[in-house]
Amino acid sequence: MLAIEHLSLQLPYYATWWRRRWAEVLSDVSLELHPGEVHAVVGASGAGKSLLAHALLGLLPEPKQQTGRLTFQGQPLNAARQRQLRGRELALIPQSLDALDPLVRSQRQVSWAAHRAGHARSDAWRAAGQALTHYQLDEHGRQAFPHELSGGMARRVLTAMAHVSRAQLIIADEPSVGLDPQQRDRVLVALAALAREGKAVLLITHDLRHALPIARRVTLMRQGRCVETAPASAFQGEGDTLTTGYAQALWQALPDNHFGVAPTAQAQDVA
Amino acid sequence: MRLIATVAVRLLRLALVVVCVAAVSFGLMMLSPIDPIDAYLGPQMAQVSPEQRDLIAARWGFDEPPVVQFGHWLGQLIQGDLGVSHVYDQPVIEVIGQRFQRSIMLLGSAWLLTTLVGFALGVIAGANENALLDRIISTYAYLTASTPAFWLAMLLLLLFSVYLGWTPVCCAGPTGTLSQDVGLATRLHHLILPVATLALVGIANITLHTRTRMLALMNSNIATHAFAQGASRWDIAWRHGIRHASLPALTLSLASLGELFGGSVLVEQVFAYPGLGQATVAAGLRSDVPLLLGIALFTALFVSVGNLLADTLYALIDPRMQKVAP
Repeated sequence: MLAIEHLSLQLPYYATWWRRRWAEVLSDVSLELHPGEVHAVVGASGAGKSLLAHALLGLLPEPKQQTGRLTFQGQPLNAARQRQLRGRELALIPQSLDALDPLVRSQRQVSWAAHRAGHARSDAWRAAGQALTHYQLDEHGRQAFPHELSGGMARRVLTAMAHVSRAQLIIADEPSVGLDPQQRDRVLVALAALAREGKAVLLITHDLRHALPIARRVTLMRQGRCVETAPASAFQGEGDTLTTGYAQALWQALPDNHFGVAPTAQAQDVA
Repeated sequence: MRLIATVAVRLLRLALVVVCVAAVSFGLMMLSPIDPIDAYLGPQMAQVSPEQRDLIAARWGFDEPPVVQFGHWLGQLIQGDLGVSHVYDQPVIEVIGQRFQRSIMLLGSAWLLTTLVGFALGVIAGANENALLDRIISTYAYLTASTPAFWLAMLLLLLFSVYLGWTPVCCAGPTGTLSQDVGLATRLHHLILPVATLALVGIANITLHTRTRMLALMNSNIATHAFAQGASRWDIAWRHGIRHASLPALTLSLASLGELFGGSVLVEQVFAYPGLGQATVAAGLRSDVPLLLGIALFTALFVSVGNLLADTLYALIDPRMQKVAP
């Protein structure tokens, strides 16, 4: 559904007051998303995961230098098409809960998202109510302001906003961060359900363990590069089928496994 | 019950503010170097003997200590009597009533215009950061924010009244006409320039604050999320922006409600507009204590009511300000 080929992104910074330099924040990223599957992108903070999400939606501010090719449903995804498809075919579940407007009740916010996705005004309100009910928000939750919601409820409102758009590609940016295990599982199950409906879900997370139960494939990112894309099934046992040292070291560093720091990872960091 | 308690606390606080304002104004007048009897007598000062002066002082109660004088005033205030203005030789309440009617026309329309236009310009500028429209509006706002109102008043007067002759040079009506004979059209004609001056200068403040709030919103996660939903800049400005930006605009606009009453002294001086601002100046220069205290009292009242309104509206717009019901 979505193919990213050799995507590189450079953002400006000022070395001194007047000398502008370009920092490469994504380099040569390639991956492919298929309908009906959850594709996890895993990496540490600063690996470029959120930048990748924003680049896919065309949300990055100018000036920027972007190269590589994006293809969505067989056609090139350029800035104009991104603008056209945002909210209709491409949806984002943002990382931060302050993406919700604190002055607006949840059902109204969801209905705005529905309206922006092309629902008629009268239809948008009903669709918003349905979407919120679908994510188990009761009447109180639908009429609540964001500060009255728990973290898990607010997260489900954000998911409902992506769901109501009927988008085919859903990018979830760290949807499980800061949630207790029960709420987190609820959010992840909701994402898996979206994939079962035939949508493609790009799950961005820093926690490999949470992504594995629902993801079919996993891409590891590090410092703006794709380290390895592997099927989720490769992350088991000793991780012998993983091809890169970084992926193996990451897998073995998990508390459930060896909880150890592999010599390869140390060597890479020193280098 | 909670409502009654809230209202009672507010009223008590209001009364306290009013008494404090009156006390401070009274103290300042006592320290003023202008002697009210000299100011009252004017050029006839030389023809009055010290005995006659003492008589006047006794008649007005100036021979008593200041604290007793203030006590008298407070006692009368509780009975609803604000005293008599010796500058206008009328009860204070009548002077204020007449002047307020004229001032409210001038300041009310200027206030409404300032609020609405200032807010709209701020939203437009903030929604289009660094676009041509934003640059024009910002430049205008920065220029007028640093322009003294009286100076702009003189420039407008020179251009439109003296050079072009489109508007009258002074006053609230043609000179030599009784104020009840002045028609509505003439009144409005005399209002145009003072209102324009106040609005042109006042807009900048609200515009700049609204614009800053809009910029913060347009760069926030809320806006990024809305962009991701396919919203346009105008959609975001209309749905999210107006709610967020109305908070600082409301505060500024309602805080300036006090000026509605106090009058714009400088602008009224330049246009010789017989509003409350002029009465304040006259009362100060001729040591008319009852009139000045009366004006200070009502100004304090207006400021308090403005702040009360702002507080109430804030809670309506921003649900986070509402107290959680116990």
